[in-house]
Amino acid sequence: MSIEKLSNAQIAWRAAQDIEDGAYVNLGIGFPEMVAKYQPEGREAIFHTENGVLGFGDAPAEGQEDWDLINAGKKPITLKPGAAFFHHADSFAMVRGGHLDVAILGAFQVAQNGDLANWRLGSKGVPAVGGAMDLVHGAKRVAVITEHVTKDGKPKLVEKCTFPLTGVGCITRVYTSLAVVDIEDGRFILREKLKSISMDDLQKHTGAPLHIDKECGDLVVPENGL
Amino acid sequence: MDKSIASLSEAISDISDGSVLMIGGFGGSGAPIELIHALIDRFVATGSPKNLTVVNNNAGNGKIGIAAMIDVGMVKKMICSFPRTSDPRAFTDKYLTGEIELELVPQGTLAERIRAAGAGTPAFYTPTSYGTELAEGKDVKEFEGRPYVMELWLKADFAIVKAEIGDTHGNLKYRLASRNFNPLMCMAAHQSIAQVGELKTAGDIDPEHVHTPGIFVDGVVEVADAKQEEAMIRAGEEYQATGAT
Repeated sequence: MSIEKLSNAQIAWRAAQDIEDGAYVNLGIGFPEMVAKYQPEGREAIFHTENGVLGFGDAPAEGQEDWDLINAGKKPITLKPGAAFFHHADSFAMVRGGHLDVAILGAFQVAQNGDLANWRLGSKGVPAVGGAMDLVHGAKRVAVITEHVTKDGKPKLVEKCTFPLTGVGCITRVYTSLAVVDIEDGRFILREKLKSISMDDLQKHTGAPLHIDKECGDLVVPENGL
Repeated sequence: MDKSIASLSEAISDISDGSVLMIGGFGGSGAPIELIHALIDRFVATGSPKNLTVVNNNAGNGKIGIAAMIDVGMVKKMICSFPRTSDPRAFTDKYLTGEIELELVPQGTLAERIRAAGAGTPAFYTPTSYGTELAEGKDVKEFEGRPYVMELWLKADFAIVKAEIGDTHGNLKYRLASRNFNPLMCMAAHQSIAQVGELKTAGDIDPEHVHTPGIFVDGVVEVADAKQEEAMIRAGEEYQATGAT
């Protein structure tokens, strides 16, 4: 069965709509970085990267890279007016000291109590955590963007994470390819869903009960080709 | 006072077998590649220093720098947050065969443990890693109703870092995002050595532009036209022993 779902760009666009003007934001490496592209007109967020930069912008043009100016994913970046450099302890003080407004991360699994698993899938291979376990603590809002199910159709929103945890009870909102779900009091609260999917089908693709608080809105995003 | 050192080989000459060695940089940004290669040269020529514990955010990339240290067999253990890079073969091969140890530390905790050592703070509590496998066996305490994990300071015998400009008092100024772990490592090590692109006389760096005050730095060696690790990796460069000791 194939179901209509949002592209990664559309999920990123939806998450970007909730970032306020003037917010200090950390975007996880990879897919979450796409959120920066879809800031609503007239709003300016300041992006933080773990290796000591606030206020970075787009990637430089090819050939213009300066490898001393990179982000946490080791990709070359450029600076925007008002940017600042600082060392690693200050950088993580911004994270853990509660100074960031929003962190948006990827996920292997999110549990209904807000637990996140996003750093390794098991005990094999070389473990690598980076800043994942730090980022889930301290930002005023820690959200996840993700496909609603895995490539082989298994729910990523679950009762209890089975992969190694990144953090406990740290996620408050999840933007998926099918829905926007808040986590409150150990429960998934469905805020928005695609009009094309029925409540029953959405629940079948979700590993824990979806609750509705008053009403569930339609998840509406621009057409593909963003 | 004059902390300038004439040569790379002299700058790394005190680093001894079994030392804990902090190496600055995040990826290639701020990595003191010439100091690292001088240290490998010494090991290749003399068999020392060996059995090193190396502290860095990563665990080497390609066939240069920390990866080349691992390849020649002078590293016993890595303490890092992310031993994965575009080409992590050197560490991965030895880790999977049990030839190298790994202490995996979340990045912010790694930075704070290093800072704590430099500040004389033996331990601190952080929310990071609570409830995860990286907190197993560690003390947990509640503050204002939230659980925190106790982490210990991380000291080193030596630190080697890269800065853009240094002076004869050891004051350092970094370039762009190459500051990262470097100021913290200079604080935490018993002996800290910086390679600088330009070595100035004390007084020639505006005091308002000093990032690392010289009190944290023991030696400064000038490496004009230093190479950038990431650029070397992209150019396919490999460590070559120079025969220097």
